[in-house]
Amino acid sequence: MSENVLTGWGRTTKSFATVRSPGSEADLLREFGSGERFIARGLGRSYGDAAQLSGGVVVDNRQFAGIGAIDADGTVIVGAGVSVDELLAVSIPLGWFIPVTPGTRQVTMGGAIAADVHGKNHHVDGSFASHVLSMRLVTPVGAFTLSPSLEPELFWATMGGMGLTGVVTSLTLQMLPIETNQMLVDTERFGDLASVMEAMVIGDAGYRYSVAWVDCMARGAHRGRAILTRGNHAKHADVEHASLKGPRARSLPIPFVAPRGLLSRWSVKLFDEFWYRSASRHEVGEAQSLATFFHPLDGVSNWNRLYGPRGFVQYQFCVPDGASESVAEVIERLSESRLASFLAVLKRFGPGNPAPLSFPVAGWTLALDLPVGSPALPGVLDELDELVASANGRVYLAKDARLNANWVGTMYPRLDEFLKVKSHVDPKGQLTSDLARRLGLVGT
Amino acid sequence: MENAFGQPQTVVVFGGSSDIARAITKKLCAARAHTVILAGRSQALLDAAALEAQEYGATKTASVLFDAEEPQHAARTVSDAFEKVGDQIDLVIIAVGLLGDQKADEEDADASARMMTVNVTWPVAALAEIRARLVAQGRGRILVMSSAGAIRVRPNAYLYGGAKAGLDRLCLGLAQSLAGTGVKLQLVRPAVVRTKMTVGAAEPPFTTGANEVAENVMRGLASNDPVIWSPPLLRYVFFLLRHLPTPLWLKVANR
Repeated sequence: MSENVLTGWGRTTKSFATVRSPGSEADLLREFGSGERFIARGLGRSYGDAAQLSGGVVVDNRQFAGIGAIDADGTVIVGAGVSVDELLAVSIPLGWFIPVTPGTRQVTMGGAIAADVHGKNHHVDGSFASHVLSMRLVTPVGAFTLSPSLEPELFWATMGGMGLTGVVTSLTLQMLPIETNQMLVDTERFGDLASVMEAMVIGDAGYRYSVAWVDCMARGAHRGRAILTRGNHAKHADVEHASLKGPRARSLPIPFVAPRGLLSRWSVKLFDEFWYRSASRHEVGEAQSLATFFHPLDGVSNWNRLYGPRGFVQYQFCVPDGASESVAEVIERLSESRLASFLAVLKRFGPGNPAPLSFPVAGWTLALDLPVGSPALPGVLDELDELVASANGRVYLAKDARLNANWVGTMYPRLDEFLKVKSHVDPKGQLTSDLARRLGLVGT
Repeated sequence: MENAFGQPQTVVVFGGSSDIARAITKKLCAARAHTVILAGRSQALLDAAALEAQEYGATKTASVLFDAEEPQHAARTVSDAFEKVGDQIDLVIIAVGLLGDQKADEEDADASARMMTVNVTWPVAALAEIRARLVAQGRGRILVMSSAGAIRVRPNAYLYGGAKAGLDRLCLGLAQSLAGTGVKLQLVRPAVVRTKMTVGAAEPPFTTGANEVAENVMRGLASNDPVIWSPPLLRYVFFLLRHLPTPLWLKVANR
């Protein structure tokens, strides 16, 4: 047992909690019996305050380790504390890839469920929930085995439920077969937002993975210029040296917190410019490693320190297809406000799933990293919330550190449904988090 | 809960009817604050401040009466105010202060002692209770109104400047002692602020309105600077003033 001051990946709001590492479901049940308040935490990659609980108990899920044998049909039982990185190290050499991966390998399976994470293949494969066949969930009223057919309400409430229904200890995942550890990638450069969005609408169906990086700082005619990368897993015949060697665990650490203002409007603009120009105008069928394609930021182990002592926020929202002009409005608003915003990630979402708090809805999602410090930033983001909400869109809770609680009901209209399920397994309201309290998702 | 920009949802303000406190409270309510507890000496003034907070978005307000000349009741006042929140407390502001009348007070033992009681002893007593409660909840932020005048005490305002100096230095130590608790203390060092305490007095350089102080406080909450200067340029001005040889300092100070 230890006590810790915790923050999210954005390194903003600190809070102090007791961190415990129960090693079994029985230990967890005993913990709940104490009557204290709890939230589970994995590798701390939620950007805001989702995995912290001031004055309460934070359950470190890393004790729930272990990766079972991968069956011939690609199903595998995995501990909830296993990271994507650890799973891939085992599975790639055997010819299996994780069906959905976020932009970093450093998230646990439990975290992937709590945030119902999505990847570059959402338009084809849906979010993480679509590939979880079953899971074990420990709640204050007992442990459950959940699947879409067994206790479906609790299963779906837990998917994207931000850890507020209990602590996931293990899950059965359907893996994706791959022939090589290479990707075949097409890269295309677009001078403005409208043309990249059009290309995505027309062509994304031809690729399993697709993502565009948008320069939100370019102004005038170049506003919203972007680089679109799309790819598929390479087959044996596609590449010369086909192999299934796992990713090398090599990452460069940032040894200290960068001085304030390293990532300013000017340095970010310079980076965006360099990055845009360094991409090829149009390249087809380039072979890339899995790590380069899926997890480029993992090359630097704690890049969040580059944002300096004030930290940063990530703003990620989605809007339905009918409101695609909202994406342009957001980018226009940001570029006019002259805030420093790193390359934004633009993606198309396929249909959502039955989970009441799952983030994706069919349409568009945009994610931006913004350093804390500009006095205009809080107000600009509040305006964006209004824009997003009125377009029937929503902000991603796993990224949030600043949403106005007044918007939650509008953005997540099925919140009441979620709370009803939660109240059955958590009658005393023991499962909560700083995020849940800030947004009024649960009582105090 | 406060958000990534240090904007609180629940706020307790001691000295809640002072002009600076009201200006800050308004901005906090316009951002995220929904619960505001105001403590002060005059019910009428607190009611006016509470109404103002509601106009700016507060949905729950309450008031607590106290007298800063009675530090023996400070802990009680703090617990009364905290209990009215009925939730975790995000931000506590100590804006208790007495400018006094230097000329009249400097040879009056009771008046001189009162300057220390209101400006130092009451806040320090209250801070003991505030500290205990925030550390227990695992987070929270304390904002203490100091003064730029505390950095080098002027001979013609040594009672106020000296008292604030005592509070200021004590709070710097207190802030550092909070490392590892999740609780933060920030000092606010404004230049002279045009308020009801200063009506009629000549305006020295860097004098600002209460609104500008509030604006700088909002930025300070986001930046987490241990000391929030208002205007921010004062940080460098006072770095120089502090190291000025005494004869030169006296020329500046007595101007």
